[in-house]
Amino acid sequence: MDHAATTYAAPEVVAEMLPYFSEKFGNPSSVYNIGQENKTAVDAARAKVAAAINAEPNEIYFTAGGSESDNWALKGVAFANSRKGKHIITTAIEHHAILHAGEWLQSQGFEVTYLPVDKFGVVSVTDVEKAIRPDTILISVMYANNEVGTIQPIKEIGSIAKAHNIYFHTDAVQAVGHVPIDVKAEHIDMLSLSGHKFYGPKGVGALYIKKGVRIQNLIHGGAQESKHRAGTENVPGIVGLGVAIERAVQKMPVEAPRLARMRDRLTAELLKIPASHLNGHPTQRLPNNVNITFEYIEGEGILLLLNMFGICASTGSACNSASLEPSHVLTAMGVPHEISHGSVRLTVGERNTDEDVKYVLEKLPEIIHKLRSMSPLTPKELK
Amino acid sequence: MYSEKVMDHFMNPRNVGTIDNPDGVGEEGNPSCGDIMKMYLKVENDVILDAKFQTFGCGAAIASSSMATEMIKGKTLEEAWQLSNKAVAEALDGLPPIKMHCSVLAEETIHKAINDYLVKTGREPWGEPAACSTCGHDCDTCGE
Repeated sequence: MDHAATTYAAPEVVAEMLPYFSEKFGNPSSVYNIGQENKTAVDAARAKVAAAINAEPNEIYFTAGGSESDNWALKGVAFANSRKGKHIITTAIEHHAILHAGEWLQSQGFEVTYLPVDKFGVVSVTDVEKAIRPDTILISVMYANNEVGTIQPIKEIGSIAKAHNIYFHTDAVQAVGHVPIDVKAEHIDMLSLSGHKFYGPKGVGALYIKKGVRIQNLIHGGAQESKHRAGTENVPGIVGLGVAIERAVQKMPVEAPRLARMRDRLTAELLKIPASHLNGHPTQRLPNNVNITFEYIEGEGILLLLNMFGICASTGSACNSASLEPSHVLTAMGVPHEISHGSVRLTVGERNTDEDVKYVLEKLPEIIHKLRSMSPLTPKELK
Repeated sequence: MYSEKVMDHFMNPRNVGTIDNPDGVGEEGNPSCGDIMKMYLKVENDVILDAKFQTFGCGAAIASSSMATEMIKGKTLEEAWQLSNKAVAEALDGLPPIKMHCSVLAEETIHKAINDYLVKTGREPWGEPAACSTCGHDCDTCGE
């Protein structure tokens, strides 16, 4: 129930990857046959990734994952376009790969506007347009939020960026493979994705860069990835990424509604627990994401008890992280700190069934009750 | 992440609850910081006969409360006052560095409960209760 953190690599994905570790191990840059065989495999994967988001194969660049893709998009555009301007627009609820890259760019003389979100975690399209300045060079808004699952009005933001001749990047790490994406129709200039969020391997991702986008390289060295990203290709990973994305898109019409049914059942039943609140948008959200706050208790305790029953989940609670800061996403949505500590994220996936949902619905209310009975904040009527 | 002892005290916390007509009550922490510990003492002849707690907080906070109440039961007020956060953490076979503040919370809550008892019995409190240093981050109300 924590598929937003990572998915397993699907068996058919692993099966396709395996030969590239030890049998078909050539370097794609080598001219001999086993090298060229690998180049062909990498290009086939590139075509699959492109097809999944309606891009062209030569617009797909393989990276080490979502964080590298996000960093490349922000820093690459910033440094390639600094003569035009030094202003970037993003949101307060982005992944840290965007937020921290933005902070670093600020230390390098760039200006970053972090747009607020409403109580559902949605960025206002009007706010995006208002934030545009003559020196704005990039708008970066995530496709769907990793914590609360809210999907942003990407097409509208893309249209605004296009009308103002500003590059538009979206961190679609949580969305790819779960919702249909069309970079052309949605006016997306750059898009980050990561293999392990849709049953592919970890440590491999891609950045879609629309042809014509001015962007600096982050990694310098050899001539791989059309001279834009040096380093011998992670061929098994790239092959796996290609198979996984093709598979996810094929399964989406059946799998997304199935997950959404489980999501909706979990949400409806868990909201019957008194003093509980849904986080994120009630309808405009990822098909697999449930995020609920239970007042008067703290999320880490919920996770530890869930774990005792073999249920994996996540929390926006500070106590579960190294920083002790509560979730920046919930904070930006206006959820008070004392309440955000009790949030739990459940993200269903392929192997989850109605039985799993039933099991969680048996255990989680018990856990909430147990922790509430220990908490000095719980009103008497809830103990 | 946690020792077996921490997990044991988290899963099966000792001394959860309240004491009717307690002789001393101490509360420390702040909900916005994610931790509140409340302790209730039953005291006779300056000896802690019983201690109970209620805690809003993570696994380490609940385990620290449980262990701390176990460690002060039967102790004199002076002995209980001497119980350091380090001793609580050691008794739990250690806490992750980021969670050490939970043991500090236990120490401070005990001090507050003891001082509450002392004041109620017409005596001077022992030392100033420490400023809230439980959070490890700078939220407005914690004074850090």
